[in-house]
Amino acid sequence: MNAVLSRRAVGLAVGAFVLLVVVIQLLPFYVALTTSLKPKTDLSSQWSFPLSEPFWGNFVTAVTDGGILRAMGNSVLVASVSTVLVCVIGAFAAYPLARRPTAYNRGILAINVGLMMVPALSILVPLYSMLAQMGALNTYWGVILVMVATSLPISIFLYASFMRSLPISVEEAAMIDGANIFQTLWLVVIPMLKPVTATVGILTGVGVWNEYALSGYILTSPETRTIAPAIASFFSMQSSNLPAAAAASLLAVIPVVIAYLFLQKYFVRGLVGAEK
Amino acid sequence: MTTDVLDTAPPRSVPPAAPPPRRRSGRFRGASINLLALPALLLFAVFTIYPLISGVAISFSDWDGYSADSNPVGGANYLRLFTDDTFRAVLITTFIYGIGSTVVQQVLGLGLALALDGKLAGRGVARAIIYLPVLVSPIVMGTFYYLLFQYNTGAFNDVVVAFGGERQAWLSTQGGGVTIILAVNSIQFVGTSMIIYLAGLQGIAPEYIEAAILDGANAGQRFRHVVLPLLQPAFATSVVLNLIGGLKLFDVIQVLTGGGPGTSTSSVSTLIGRTYFDAQSAGYSAAMGVALFFIIAVLTILANGALNRRRLEQQ
Repeated sequence: MNAVLSRRAVGLAVGAFVLLVVVIQLLPFYVALTTSLKPKTDLSSQWSFPLSEPFWGNFVTAVTDGGILRAMGNSVLVASVSTVLVCVIGAFAAYPLARRPTAYNRGILAINVGLMMVPALSILVPLYSMLAQMGALNTYWGVILVMVATSLPISIFLYASFMRSLPISVEEAAMIDGANIFQTLWLVVIPMLKPVTATVGILTGVGVWNEYALSGYILTSPETRTIAPAIASFFSMQSSNLPAAAAASLLAVIPVVIAYLFLQKYFVRGLVGAEK
Repeated sequence: MTTDVLDTAPPRSVPPAAPPPRRRSGRFRGASINLLALPALLLFAVFTIYPLISGVAISFSDWDGYSADSNPVGGANYLRLFTDDTFRAVLITTFIYGIGSTVVQQVLGLGLALALDGKLAGRGVARAIIYLPVLVSPIVMGTFYYLLFQYNTGAFNDVVVAFGGERQAWLSTQGGGVTIILAVNSIQFVGTSMIIYLAGLQGIAPEYIEAAILDGANAGQRFRHVVLPLLQPAFATSVVLNLIGGLKLFDVIQVLTGGGPGTSTSSVSTLIGRTYFDAQSAGYSAAMGVALFFIIAVLTILANGALNRRRLEQQ
């Protein structure tokens, strides 16, 4: 009897703990929503939701003054091109590293792991001045090349680990049947890479969509600016107009939330794969 | 160049070499697949390795970041790192962010994983919601939390007032700013630790637990002596990941406090940006960048080594 009671108490405590964390995670979204739906002059508490007459003017300000739609378009372009390039270049680069473990290739893999640890701000000074000399500041190609180069190490690492887990006998069979190494890669290996490509694609796409540490410095003009730099700059300009900043931030989250709702399985599985 | 040499080489002055044996041709084909890595290596060379090396070069100069001339100053910038009180304070704050987030995320992440591994009603929804902020830009989450903690209409101050307290400018004090930044970073990425531990828990074969039950171990003993040791790989992954993330912390600080007041909530990363763009000391800023990379690399290798050694001892 006592055991049953204490088990029920533990169960309640566990449930309360989980519920508390869930509420904490949802609270910032709720606060942003209530703030964004009230005019700037409305000083009512953020806890109260303006059910009777939601105010949409802040979203208009975010789009017209903040250029949020333009920034989202830029992010779609930069993130999708970067993601495709990272998947293609990463898969190709991983193949020799996974299948030809010479001293040279082991060295490359070690350098690749080392590059995964480089903090963005550590290369900021030389990277920024180099991009300035190349005329790559505020250009799509400049930021895409930087995003691809900084996203590749983790992607190569994931592709190489996955390829080593594939049975090599399939590739050997293809070679015995007369396929050369490139045909083997193209016709046999690449089609087997779908699961890891989902992981790499989601990781890169989300990472580039959210990236700020480098793109915040590379992209300062409203024409090419992606979403994170756009929000940061809009927020610092509008620090007296918090409802508009809240509206801009909410708009930026919508695509990520929609993608997450539909691809949740891949997102979580992808992340777990990435940690291994 | 290569073709020139081939063209001028005396044709057939030596007897033609025997066709290379099959193994050699196999090796040639093998080496040629290394070319597949060439695009990646070129990108690394230009956009990561060259900046790293050139950053080291800049760190030994007094370059201001825009003018054409700069003078070598030897190790002066590195000596300055050791005597600069601001840098020392910022370095300590950075360790607070790195180690603090790591501790909070392990405790909460493991707790959530244990809670959501069982048959809790609605656990799928709970997992999805707890993981959601991981996918949101820290710039956006920072903006949201700024609203929550701001002075006038902030939801947090409403609660403080409801309990009889006074409204406070939480983000304008060093203690408040550092605590909020640490908390926001930890709670935003707690989903990562949770998922890693969930994967670890699901990888534990039920036979181990059953054997422990047969041996008469109670729930606490099973957790302490069976589950916890088997979670060691998940622990190592999660700690290293959170530690690197915390030490690099940048985005959320920029939005919540901008590193201020003064540099009281700055991390090394935000100080690098300020020193380069606001103070125009590119040389000193580059030295900080080199130091940050060095610190993160050393700590990561040490943590990895220590955690993996513990794993070996337990086996």
